[in-house]
Amino acid sequence: MTLKFVFRRLVFLVLVIWAASTIVFFIPRLSSRNALRERFGELARTGGFSPGDMEKIIASMQQQFGLDQPLLTQYWQYLHNIVRLDFGYSLYRYPSTVSDLIAQSLPWTIGLLLVSTILSFVIGNLLGGIAAWPRAPKWMRSIATPFILLTGVPPVIMAILLIFFVGFKLKWLPLGGAYSVGQVPNLSWTFALDMLRHQILPALALIFGSVGGWVLSMRGMGITIQGEDYVNFAEHKGLTGGRIFRDYYMRNALLPQVTGFALALGTVVTSAIIVEGLFGLPGIGTMLNLAIRSNDFPTIYGIVLFITITVAVLMTIVEFLYPLLDPRIRNS
Amino acid sequence: MSTIAMSPPVEKSIERPGKLILVLRYLRRNKGLAVGLIILFGLVAFTVIGLMTVNTKNAYPLSVALKKPPSWKYPFGTDFFGRDLLAAMVVGMWQTAFIGVVAGGLGTFIGVVLGFTSAYFGGWIDGTVRTVCQVLAPIPVLLIQVVIAGSLDKRDVTIITMALIVVLLAWMGPTLVIRAQVLTMKERQFVAVAKLSGVSDLGIIFKEILPCLLPFIAAAFVAQVFVAVFAAFYLAVLGLGPLREPLLGNIIWAAQSQGAIFNGWWWWPIIPSIAMILILGSLALINMGLDELANPRVRRTE
Repeated sequence: MTLKFVFRRLVFLVLVIWAASTIVFFIPRLSSRNALRERFGELARTGGFSPGDMEKIIASMQQQFGLDQPLLTQYWQYLHNIVRLDFGYSLYRYPSTVSDLIAQSLPWTIGLLLVSTILSFVIGNLLGGIAAWPRAPKWMRSIATPFILLTGVPPVIMAILLIFFVGFKLKWLPLGGAYSVGQVPNLSWTFALDMLRHQILPALALIFGSVGGWVLSMRGMGITIQGEDYVNFAEHKGLTGGRIFRDYYMRNALLPQVTGFALALGTVVTSAIIVEGLFGLPGIGTMLNLAIRSNDFPTIYGIVLFITITVAVLMTIVEFLYPLLDPRIRNS
Repeated sequence: MSTIAMSPPVEKSIERPGKLILVLRYLRRNKGLAVGLIILFGLVAFTVIGLMTVNTKNAYPLSVALKKPPSWKYPFGTDFFGRDLLAAMVVGMWQTAFIGVVAGGLGTFIGVVLGFTSAYFGGWIDGTVRTVCQVLAPIPVLLIQVVIAGSLDKRDVTIITMALIVVLLAWMGPTLVIRAQVLTMKERQFVAVAKLSGVSDLGIIFKEILPCLLPFIAAAFVAQVFVAVFAAFYLAVLGLGPLREPLLGNIIWAAQSQGAIFNGWWWWPIIPSIAMILILGSLALINMGLDELANPRVRRTE
């Protein structure tokens, strides 16, 4: 890995973040909706202050947020804030900033996302690899088939089906929420177990909803790899089947899968957020749902940008990991 | 070996089977494509027959009795707002198809035009198109669509704007696919021969390259329809769709907001879910089948 490669990737990362920020900055300004006005109009209807006062409040607010400045000045200030991960204030929960809200809900999302993504990637690639491995017993190869059929079922629908069958019909697991009603968050085993029980269905929905894709692409990869010379060579050397499978076949087939993983990150994260919202876990997804329902635009834009930046950074990290996985890149 | 050598030539007259027979024979080999097409045909039949026989007014709120479970009168039940779910499925399926075909078609069209110009003419055009695609690719499209749909005035959110929002950020995939194909095609001998014999650029593009790319374009179109249906569904599930319309995602959003499963109205979210699985499943199968048709190297070696 040369310095030039690192530099080019970093420039690319900056470009991606800049493009996303620019889109998110300009689109709302093209629209006729005025978030401040809508929010204060709502407050005026429910809270009972006169429309005249409202105009004054809006004017002072616009001044405070710099919305009376020329567009380019605003844009520059906005880019400046993005660099410091400052997404402004939430309209709905005003004194809190969007970054505060994200920080509060992030641990939930990271926990769910990490566990389900890793499990899905590992299970999917293993099953896909076995499905294409000619020397695996037939029953082992056929385990993959039902998972391939799941490819057409998006995680959101998987979530609804699981809530209905496992949660509602069989009553094995809770229908949603982060912990049982009446529980107070504390550091006891009973609470931890209760919380884990509430995480199982969302995790399963994400795993079942994405594992089929990994199985399919890994199977395709495996079919190509097994005809390669180095696999034949390993066979003629008399290596054991397990060794060939692990060190020659899987190792080589996995590399493109890691690239695929980096490309799929955006979809993976988006699905996780929507599923989370469906189950009402207190993560970023539920926050996004609430923000959409309450027209809290700064929060919507902040969440979108935060996720976009995270995905872009993660993709770059995965690319920097290639040399560790692939000796050909390391040595060249 | 010997048995083959001994068997006499059976065919007396070589008859070329008709086109239909050939297609059917191919479908027997490409089972995924066949199953996908059958499901899609079933869905289209359901929608068309439904549009002709079912009262589509019942797909909108306050038209039938509330919260009735599936019965003879309402095969799919009715929801909390008084929509007949059968009528809602018919209309929702039609709207989903509309979004899919319009957004998928537009996306593929943009992709084909950009992919062709970029690959065929090369130079700075190619550089720009490629860089823009690469920079936009890592951005989670769905979230940007959330921003666009969220910024729109609620009255402006219709089935047509949904399709346009979806297409706005979904042309990069087909552009890159078509570009890659044209690049390899450009180096083939028949293109060089055409060029040497003085065929114009447009002539080469339309008469020589385009026909060879048709299977790829068809595959890209189906993939694009899948992406569009999926994106519109997600936006609607988040409550960003045209809320009055019985789009499948909208129904699920409404069911979720009213705690349908918790209250025991299970059919309300489950029926649109099953419809969505059938739609996406058939598109995925057709897409994989077309990939196999377009790209024989993907064909299974089993």
